[in-house]
Amino acid sequence: MPDVAEAPLLDIRGLTKNFHVASAKNGNNVLCALDKIDLHVNRGETLGLVGESGCGKSTLARTLLMLERPDEGSFAFDGVDPFTLKGKALLAWRRRVQMVFQDPFASLNSRMTAGEIISEPWLTHRDLYPTAAARAARVRELLMLVGLRASDAGKSPQEFSGGQRQRIGIARALALGPDIIVLDEPVSALDLSVQAQVLNLLNDLQQRLGVAYIFISHDLSVVRHVADRVAVMYLGRIIETGTAEQVFERPRHPYTAALMSASPRLDAVEGRRERIVLRGEMPSPLDPPSGCRFRTRCWKATDLCATTPPLPSSPAGEPDHLAECHHPMELGEDSGRLARAS
Amino acid sequence: MTTKTRLSTAPPRLAEDEVVLQVSGLDVDIDTPKGVLRAVNDVSFTAYSGRTIALLGESGCGKSMTAKAIAGLLDPVAHVTGGSVTLAGTDLAALTPRQRLKFAGPELGIVFQDALTALNPVYTVGTQLGEAFRIHHGLSAKTAKAKAVELMGHVGIPQPETRVNSYPHQFSGGMRQRILIAMAVALSPRLLIADEPTTALDVTVQAQIMDLLRSLRAESRMAIVLITHDLALVAEEADTVAVMYAGNVIETGPVREVFAEPHHPYTKGLLDSVPVGAERGDDLTSIAGSPPELHDIPAGCVYQSRCPLATALCRAERPALQATGDGREVACHFWKELAVA
Amino acid sequence: MSPQLPDPQLPPGGRAIAPPSTQAMTLNVVESLPDKKASLFRLLLRDRFATVAAVVLVLVALTAVFGPVLMGDLATKQNLSATNRPPFSLADGWQFFLGSDSLGRSMLARLVVATRTTLSVAVPAVLISLLIGSLWGVWAGYHRGRRETISMRIGDVIMSFPSLLLAVVVLYVFNPSIANIVLILALTRIPIYLRTARAESAELQSRTFVDAARTFGTAPNAIIRRHVIPVVLPTMLTLATLEFCYVMLAESSLSFLGIGIQPPDVSWGLMVAQGRQYLQTAWWLSLFPGLAIVITTVAANMLAAWLRIATDPAQRWRLTLPRKRFIARLSPKEVK
Repeated sequence: MPDVAEAPLLDIRGLTKNFHVASAKNGNNVLCALDKIDLHVNRGETLGLVGESGCGKSTLARTLLMLERPDEGSFAFDGVDPFTLKGKALLAWRRRVQMVFQDPFASLNSRMTAGEIISEPWLTHRDLYPTAAARAARVRELLMLVGLRASDAGKSPQEFSGGQRQRIGIARALALGPDIIVLDEPVSALDLSVQAQVLNLLNDLQQRLGVAYIFISHDLSVVRHVADRVAVMYLGRIIETGTAEQVFERPRHPYTAALMSASPRLDAVEGRRERIVLRGEMPSPLDPPSGCRFRTRCWKATDLCATTPPLPSSPAGEPDHLAECHHPMELGEDSGRLARAS
Repeated sequence: MTTKTRLSTAPPRLAEDEVVLQVSGLDVDIDTPKGVLRAVNDVSFTAYSGRTIALLGESGCGKSMTAKAIAGLLDPVAHVTGGSVTLAGTDLAALTPRQRLKFAGPELGIVFQDALTALNPVYTVGTQLGEAFRIHHGLSAKTAKAKAVELMGHVGIPQPETRVNSYPHQFSGGMRQRILIAMAVALSPRLLIADEPTTALDVTVQAQIMDLLRSLRAESRMAIVLITHDLALVAEEADTVAVMYAGNVIETGPVREVFAEPHHPYTKGLLDSVPVGAERGDDLTSIAGSPPELHDIPAGCVYQSRCPLATALCRAERPALQATGDGREVACHFWKELAVA
Repeated sequence: MSPQLPDPQLPPGGRAIAPPSTQAMTLNVVESLPDKKASLFRLLLRDRFATVAAVVLVLVALTAVFGPVLMGDLATKQNLSATNRPPFSLADGWQFFLGSDSLGRSMLARLVVATRTTLSVAVPAVLISLLIGSLWGVWAGYHRGRRETISMRIGDVIMSFPSLLLAVVVLYVFNPSIANIVLILALTRIPIYLRTARAESAELQSRTFVDAARTFGTAPNAIIRRHVIPVVLPTMLTLATLEFCYVMLAESSLSFLGIGIQPPDVSWGLMVAQGRQYLQTAWWLSLFPGLAIVITTVAANMLAAWLRIATDPAQRWRLTLPRKRFIARLSPKEVK
């Protein structure tokens, strides 16, 4: 486990990102995709980011990779704000954060060979491996590092299975030697048996190379297995953070509890388990509810929730376990109670 | 979402545990650049009223193709070349397309994975829902629309009277899936095939949809064939399971027993690779290798290349599905050894 | 960096799905073609129609290149004692096998020489409009925003003029030399490539592998060169093959109207025009050049249809299926 006294590798505070869209029904034309996000990742650890569609996790991923420019907030990567850099300095910083994408079929250009895909980053960063021989050698090393064969360099993506294509994607992400890799649902599109192989690979790489991961996923059992710390997102806000054990064993935010409850469990007896079934669907980000954003689906909502946005609070003894809720789930509260709409 | 009233189109309830669908020895071949290959081989299973049978397997195992073969929706390069599919006593394979339309239309409902592509974007939802009534019950457009409104309310879509005139893209993913389900159950079919109905949905919406399916099933006692790769979903929703690998059924039985004590090495391997209860930092047990390509399916047992128990017998002789008691079957020469291990 | 809205394909309540299993299955089954060019050739040979079409076009090209040299001055040599001879008789010599025109010139020779003129208008016109239109469209589609809008409006303006009318006007004002004809035909066809290239480029620039390239810090022009153009090129080539037909017909129409190729130069269209007044008596004067136009156009069309499937890696497998009559298919009743 990394030394927590060290300053975090990535420290984000108050990150906000808005998009301008054609006016919505209520006349609003600003879509707030990220609303004052606070996040930090320590060197060599895995932060799990959990949330459903529309919560803003893709926008967050894109902002972390400097594909989007935030409107507000501070972004400190090893003490430096990369958005203030330009030209060569910016290019050098891009090496430190890389991404593995969700869809192993769409994230690789099917007209290039595996070797070309992996070495593509070096075309922009020519000083890393100046000679063709050095590049070819490094491609072979990376292929073997991710569990493929050196002879696979000349094959095109169609000749690989989904799991193998994802390995190519991981090799490409490693090509520039990053400190942080953002993984956007890296195993969702893979079969179960292949999923286990890729997760093992990621674990192995982290132990060998000391790279940090931001692991975005909707699959709670996977996140539980890989993450040191977890952050739960809902409608552009991070509504709960803590260590994996804290968040999974003792969820404080009702949404987190609902997510845990809704995920089907292998060890469940069929039909007998009482589940929290949330009513309704996630509201549109163009028209978020006032006060607490989750109140329209929350069975604990009161008038206070409609008027005042909740501030993060933590239970006694767990100062790092934060949740934004006026009525957080207490220890021992029956989170299995059905909450159905009338 | 509990459904309160029964649909006005519902026929008399089926008896409990009646055989609704009997698939025997189904074979499906497809034309490929490498010649004619067998995608589904000798598949047999039974679906009972009021119960859910899950077809469980990873991608490429043939489960979707089996479903399409039952529904008569195979790609033109694929053909049913053997076996029978009996729905409520009638062999579907023997019907002409017109007879199939008349018979299977009301008796068989199918829900696909991606609601956005399964719905026609240029027709309103009401038109599409009413289509079944116009075709099979000969109702007028107006009456069909009224039925559509009733159906939408039945599956939990709020304000159905106004939303019946909306287009598919104006609904969210979960709502669209409800519409698909509504279309499938409009004529109260005896069998509902759900092909990965929740794979494209968020987990909270998934819970709502599975809830809906369960209540619909309880109400009309229809049989559900659930096709999925999600073991946890099978554990929670299905009564029996048929595990498929490389186009063959390799194990069947009640879900609880099969998951508690699998008889086939593949089933066991799958169950072991689910990251439940594994410690952070530990490696997951994974099955080495990957499923065989269609043209590479070996003679003998289809699982031999990845099986820790494989021997010369497995390479020579393909095990047939044999009964192992308690309504379970397995296609493995060494299932007893596995049970002991 | 162009602003990106949150992914429009993911509505609330849904997330991206794994590819459907039939697609996965067929992708797995597609052979890895070892040598791309050689295998494209083999693929062509499997399709009878496309092979015939390719052969025809090659013959036409060879005639254009070598024909005039072989014919010498036969095309221009007048023989007033052998005017309007009917075809299919060798009585006057092999050069009159396709008959002769009103000035006694060999139809066969004129046809051959006209091939070169016709192609030397059609091919450069297509190439120029292909190059300009595609590059412009790709650039506009990648950058989106104002650059895209302005480019599209310019394209709309060009398209809103009836191209033939525009050609007539321009060639009437300026003299109808071959170069002018090429230029005006090229100009009027640019929007076709512009719009298609822009549409494909705009779709591509939001693809994940392009995003990946952006995360390395790759410059937009490098992304266009490396990822967009190779994907857009096959569509453009297919389009160019179809455009070739159109340009050839357009040139023929212009020559027919008298403002295209001027005598003593000869093109197929001009030959058709010159034979018009003799249609009742010397039908071969218009028929053979007309036939040449039709055959070339049809061949180009057939090849374009084949090209469309062959150059798309995702569809190419359909061309490699074994031919139907070799598949023995048993009906369900026979098996058991």
